Amino acid sequence: MDYPTTSTLLSWLIFTPLIGVGAILLLLAARPFLRIGVRDGASEETRLTIQDLVDNAARAIGLMTTVAVALLSLLLWSKFEGGSAGLQFVHHVVWMRSWNIEYFVAVDGLSITMVILTGIIFVVAVLRSFMSVARTRAMLGGKREGVGNVLAAGLGVVTPFCSCSAVPAFIGFVTAGVPLGVTLSFLIASPMVDVVAVTLLYGLFGWQIAALYVASGLVLATLAGYLLGRLKLERFVEGFVYDMQVGTVGAGATTVPTWRERFVGGLDEVKQVVGKIWPFLLVGIGIGAAIHGWVPEAFFVRIASPDNVFAVPLAVLLGIPLYANVAGILPLVGALQAKGLAMGTLLAFMMAVVALSLPEMILLRRVLKPRLIAVFVAVVGTGILFTGYLFNAILG
Amino acid sequence: MNVKVLGPGCANCKATVTLIEQVAKAKGLDVTIEKVEELRDIIAYGVMATPAVVIDGEVVHVGGRPSQAKVEQLLGA
Repeated sequence: MDYPTTSTLLSWLIFTPLIGVGAILLLLAARPFLRIGVRDGASEETRLTIQDLVDNAARAIGLMTTVAVALLSLLLWSKFEGGSAGLQFVHHVVWMRSWNIEYFVAVDGLSITMVILTGIIFVVAVLRSFMSVARTRAMLGGKREGVGNVLAAGLGVVTPFCSCSAVPAFIGFVTAGVPLGVTLSFLIASPMVDVVAVTLLYGLFGWQIAALYVASGLVLATLAGYLLGRLKLERFVEGFVYDMQVGTVGAGATTVPTWRERFVGGLDEVKQVVGKIWPFLLVGIGIGAAIHGWVPEAFFVRIASPDNVFAVPLAVLLGIPLYANVAGILPLVGALQAKGLAMGTLLAFMMAVVALSLPEMILLRRVLKPRLIAVFVAVVGTGILFTGYLFNAILG
Repeated sequence: MNVKVLGPGCANCKATVTLIEQVAKAKGLDVTIEKVEELRDIIAYGVMATPAVVIDGEVVHVGGRPSQAKVEQLLGA
């Protein structure tokens, strides 16, 4: 297949760090020989100063390279067209024609998303440093159902929260007088409308799909929480929860961070998140590629065409027991979409995977009786089902 | 110094314990590290997001794995 060169930007982005590293290595390799310039009998301190100079120069080159790479990434992002699955920024040079050796680089929706992701995670982490679970709890305390559900869903998105602390948060909320349904709205929205998920959706399918996902996630969390609250399920919360005394010691820890701390925290978050998701991304891309290459298109079209009414329930049922990082699921979703699966079916699958995970249910079992967990899964699952059908109708 | 790491045994909680151990060892600090995994005890500290760090009975960090710089600062290293 012939890909004409459309931009050399990507090559610059790839080779700038290498040039920087090369320069630093040369400089460091030359370091021992720099003594020669120093007169015999020069003090040990003079020698050390020269060594320091070299170290400083190396550091300066490192910094300049980093800044250059950051600027190039921004440029790449600004020129990237989200939502198109094809290759962009193709740089193609035939090197040795007779041997068929060519230089070829390009970027697709997923790889550029990693570039964007680092930036977005940073910004979100800095913004989130203004929020905490304790603050959210204070804001939700005393709110009535309805308004409370809407607020809880919104706060679920902006509060820094890991679903591994679902249980302490649940107890904290309930004992503060936050209604059960409102608490559940928070717990549904938080993992579902996740910054990594939304960014990856944007990279793969464009901002319309990402926005649709965010909106439907918020609506789903609000309505499901409201409905669960109306069902008066408080008796299916483990009794000890209401007897628990939430200490006030933690209140003292919420000192206001400085801007420097917010930025450093943001960078740390980028490191943690990117470090955590890239293995999942690779595995997801691998499975996606396997599907792309080996699974015949007719297979999916038959079982999961928009006309097949059972496609969405099947996707939700498959998604519930599946516990996967959203970064691993999305490349898979991308590959399945390329095979002709309907977008609504795929979004329903993704929502089921992230919002209804088995490990989280097992965690919540410590505070919720099985009956309540079953109702929770049923209500949220039905909501996802409905969302899937709705999207298939709108987008199909 | 008595350091408690509050958390129900998630990956980040373990990472936090390891990080504090490393910093304490590197700086030669006399630190006893305790893992608090019991829900009731975590809640008693008023902590709603884990992992959290308690030093000498005072909650000093909540809701995530602290950075190495933060740990060094907290331990006064």
